[in-house]
Amino acid sequence: MTNVTMTVNGKSVTREVKGNTLLSDFLREDLRLTGTHVGCDTSQCGACVVHVNGEAVKSCTMFAAEADGAEVGTIEGQANADGSLNVIQQAFQDHHGLQCGFCTPGMVMSAAALLKDNPKPSEAEIRDYLEGNICRCTGYHNIVKAIMAASGQDVPAVAAE
Amino acid sequence: MYSFDIQRPTSVADAVAALGTDEAQPLGGGQTLIPTLKQRLAAPSVLVSLSAIAEMKGVCTMDDGRLSIGGGTTHATVAAEASSYPALAALAGNIGDPAVRSRGTIGGSLANNDPSACYPAAALASGATIVTNAREIPADDYFQGMFATALDEGEIITEVRFPVPEKGAYMKFEQPASRFALVGVFVAKFSDGVRVAVTGASEDGVFRWSEAEAALSSNFSADAVPAAPSGDGMISDLHGSGAYRAHLVGVMTKRAVAAAS
Ligand SMILES: Cc1cc2nc3c(=O)[nH]c(=O)nc-3n(C[C@H](O)[C@H](O)[C@H](O)COP(=O)(O)OP(=O)(O)OC[C@H]3O[C@@H](n4cnc5c(N)ncnc54)[C@H](O)[C@@H]3O)c2cc1C
Ligand code: FES
Ligand code: FES
Repeated sequence: MTNVTMTVNGKSVTREVKGNTLLSDFLREDLRLTGTHVGCDTSQCGACVVHVNGEAVKSCTMFAAEADGAEVGTIEGQANADGSLNVIQQAFQDHHGLQCGFCTPGMVMSAAALLKDNPKPSEAEIRDYLEGNICRCTGYHNIVKAIMAASGQDVPAVAAE
Repeated sequence: MYSFDIQRPTSVADAVAALGTDEAQPLGGGQTLIPTLKQRLAAPSVLVSLSAIAEMKGVCTMDDGRLSIGGGTTHATVAAEASSYPALAALAGNIGDPAVRSRGTIGGSLANNDPSACYPAAALASGATIVTNAREIPADDYFQGMFATALDEGEIITEVRFPVPEKGAYMKFEQPASRFALVGVFVAKFSDGVRVAVTGASEDGVFRWSEAEAALSSNFSADAVPAAPSGDGMISDLHGSGAYRAHLVGVMTKRAVAAAS
């Protein structure tokens, strides 16, 4: 067991963890932040994406001990201070960017990481960035629309080619 | 996963010391090793994380013009910072997906030497030098077949030095489920000749396609690429037969030459 201290959504937390505790399990089981979803547990689906020092990472493929000293952001920290949905979350709602919602935390966290580096991505850049986020429901078009809208751009009539 | 401890040394010397103990294993970005541990295909008692070692991170140009990349540098950093070697930056920026690139490292990729990985093709085509805590290994001696390298137990890749070619390009035919290369070809044109390295195709892992090198060294154009190699000894699996992969070697080489010209 080792002690880890990290900042999660702005709050400092210290816990004892085992070497093989995944960051996803630490967030869900130890901190009870169950908004981070585990879909595949094999680094394929992206449902578990969180931010570590501002970068998108798959929390199922990182050990909690490796986040010692890091700033971690999860979906629970995304809403505005007054509890209302942030601009990305609101855009997902407005553009029907979710159906069952299972992939949504990872989609929103990936979208936030993309928009931080690239505030006005093209449709192609959005699709490319979401390569590691799998959605079984929406067919992706409405997710792409939501991210276009969240970045203040016109929402194209995207459709399957 | 079996249980193990994690250590996070902050210098190469401390990491090497920690790796001297029985059943210790280095942890790079974990993008290959963590899935392996989950499947209980590895059972280290200690994982020595390399992620806190500042001296193993970063990209810079050396006095002799070579590009030096720290062994613990992530794919995302190489994509963003290796601008003096555009083909290499593009290769790094196309590995897996953004979250994989945030964590995965060049040292981990080269140590693992997956037969379908991208970096081995870049290192071999560039004639790179793999620098470890103990020695410098030329890429031509480093790759020793699928998942096999010249590294000794407990030896870590601290740096990789890439000669920068006049022209170069990497073309990857992506296997859409894994995001690895079904076949990938890296072409590098230096003043004294052309090097062509192929990943994803051979059962012996990454290799240099010498017929193409000879032809392209006298005429660097897509038309000069020779007929595709034979499918014998090529990987054959549910994603593609050996003959199909051999065909792709020719196609990807032409595309890489066209992109580099
Ligand atoms: C969804 C997905 C898609 C991917 N797509 C691609 C792709 O398109 N192309 C591609 O090339 N790769 C791809 N990868 C693999 C990725 O590039 C990994 O990052 C890489 O193979 C391993 O690097 P790592 O730093 O994560 O190493 P780890 O997983 O931490 O380690 C891998 C092995 O190397 C050893 N090791 C790690 N660092 C060092 C070092 N510095 N010195 C000595 N030994 C070391 C470890 O002990 C272990 O045996 C993908 C991975 C995933 C999960
Ligand atoms: S749960 Fe982490 S990638 Fe699917
Ligand atoms: S909304 Fe159901 S998986 Fe994406």
